[in-house]
Amino acid sequence: MHFTINGQKYEADVDVRTSLLDLLREHLGLTGSKKGCDHGQCGACTVLVNGRRINSCLTLAVMHEDDEVTTIEGLGTPDKLHPLQAAFVKHDGFQCGYCTPGQICSAAGMLDEAKKGWPSHVSERLEGEVELTDAEISERMSGNLCRCSAYPNIVDAIREVAGEDA
Amino acid sequence: MKTFDYARADSPEAATREGGEKVRFIAGGTNLLDLMKLQVETPEKLIDITRLDLNEVEDTDEGGLRIGALVPNADLAAHPRVVKDYEVLSRALLAGASGQLRNKASTGGNLLQRTRCYYFYDTAVACNKREPGSGCPARDGFNRIHAVLGTSDKCIATHPGDMPVAMRALDAVIVTLKPDGDKRRISIHDFYRLPGDTPEIETVLESGELITHVELPAPPKGKQTYRKVRDRASYAFALVSVAAIVAVEDGKITNAQLGFGGLGPMPWRDATAEEMLVGKAPGKAAFEAAADALLADAQGFGSNDFKIPLARRTLIAVLRELTGVTA
Ligand SMILES: Cc1cc2nc3c(=O)[nH]c(=O)nc-3n(C[C@H](O)[C@H](O)[C@H](O)COP(=O)(O)OP(=O)(O)OC[C@H]3O[C@@H](n4cnc5c(N)ncnc54)[C@H](O)[C@@H]3O)c2cc1C
Ligand code: SF4
Repeated sequence: MHFTINGQKYEADVDVRTSLLDLLREHLGLTGSKKGCDHGQCGACTVLVNGRRINSCLTLAVMHEDDEVTTIEGLGTPDKLHPLQAAFVKHDGFQCGYCTPGQICSAAGMLDEAKKGWPSHVSERLEGEVELTDAEISERMSGNLCRCSAYPNIVDAIREVAGEDA
Repeated sequence: MKTFDYARADSPEAATREGGEKVRFIAGGTNLLDLMKLQVETPEKLIDITRLDLNEVEDTDEGGLRIGALVPNADLAAHPRVVKDYEVLSRALLAGASGQLRNKASTGGNLLQRTRCYYFYDTAVACNKREPGSGCPARDGFNRIHAVLGTSDKCIATHPGDMPVAMRALDAVIVTLKPDGDKRRISIHDFYRLPGDTPEIETVLESGELITHVELPAPPKGKQTYRKVRDRASYAFALVSVAAIVAVEDGKITNAQLGFGGLGPMPWRDATAEEMLVGKAPGKAAFEAAADALLADAQGFGSNDFKIPLARRTLIAVLRELTGVTA
């Protein structure tokens, strides 16, 4: 089977039961994406598939043969951090760091959704431009849990990048 | 996870032809794979329907909407027509799950998501829905999230969805394709089944029958909202939810369409409760009469008794909000 991860082609022979997350971690050595709950509840496994954030634990690798997958390894490099990675460092958006790759991939997808004008549960109006207030950021990031509870700093980091984008 | 055969369908017809009792269609996979990991679901074959051309939201000639079964919850919630004309649906979708899950969860899969009853998820214990005839430990056990309406001796589980509650309030129609090529149009009011003696059968869908679309009639008259009460502010299933569409003209309620989540084994609707409102002046008397009608047959099982007063208060709060009458 062929997969495209972070713009690179990979070949792997995997059992049909393999989740996209296990493909990345166990077969391709891309261990940035983390396994927390393995049931879509914690968000540590969040990756981008064709630009959209999803939980890689709740989907099968075989279903993604023709897709473009982006993981934390594809967002930035140690020498050239993605703006979200830099902002998480600057604002101390983590303690143990386990949820961070998922948080950052999720935030990247979320900023895109906001740019497209997608409303959220806390949006007073469903139409028009989205203003990423702290309440909006928290609601839109609620699929990513942080056991160290670095939430205020995560929101600070994302707010800064959202501001630069605007 | 038990192993299975995997095939990708290239047309709806081909998908239905491959369907069967031990076969499951897989769309977003967010419910099915969750259950397969726990061996609550053990299909012999998965038919991947994600590449089918069922991804559009189109206007119907009647002024309504035709939603492809694969339209993700996120896209549907943000669709310009949904946002403008079906606010209750957009709000219900946005109240469900997380951004990541809504990107994957499909319209068809959401309708068919299974209950979150703890015993249903635990293969070490009995559960009539999972293992017909084995018993229902929830009745006398932990039942805080369970149903108070429409239950049976065999099962007291709720349907956990938000989107289907709004669709029930909107009189949606579910369009399907059967293996013999027949197309069916099933009103959402006839789509779900009460548990009765067979809680394992949740809908009227037949083996191999594929949901292809969901149709909404032209936008209803009145203001719309969805209120979800849950244990935390986001990313939790409903304890009680209310989808409401209410119109007031010349001091009288002229339309009331109410859907309820968290209360029953299916997204709930009660014609009598709506009759208590239509033709009446909005206010305490009418609102309380509607709540009385809705909850007349409600039965708690201990830990979920609180849902009965909570449903009452939530309904009245929503009616006040939509009519602007707080007296
Ligand atoms: C952590 C978590 C939190 C959640 N919170 C909420 C919440 O707050 N509110 C809420 O409403 N939901 C919630 N969900 C559930 C989520 O909405 C459902 O998992 C999702 O909608 C299912 O859609 P899917 O496309 O992934 O379905 P799948 O998992 O692919 O399929 C579900 C079922 O539907 C069948 N199926 C799918 N498509 C079709 C079709 N076209 N025709 C016939 N059969 C079909 C499948 O065979 C399967 O039996 C949550 C889920 C998780 C994991
Ligand atoms: S309530 Fe229904 S799903 Fe839960 S244990 Fe009883 S039979 Fe099973």
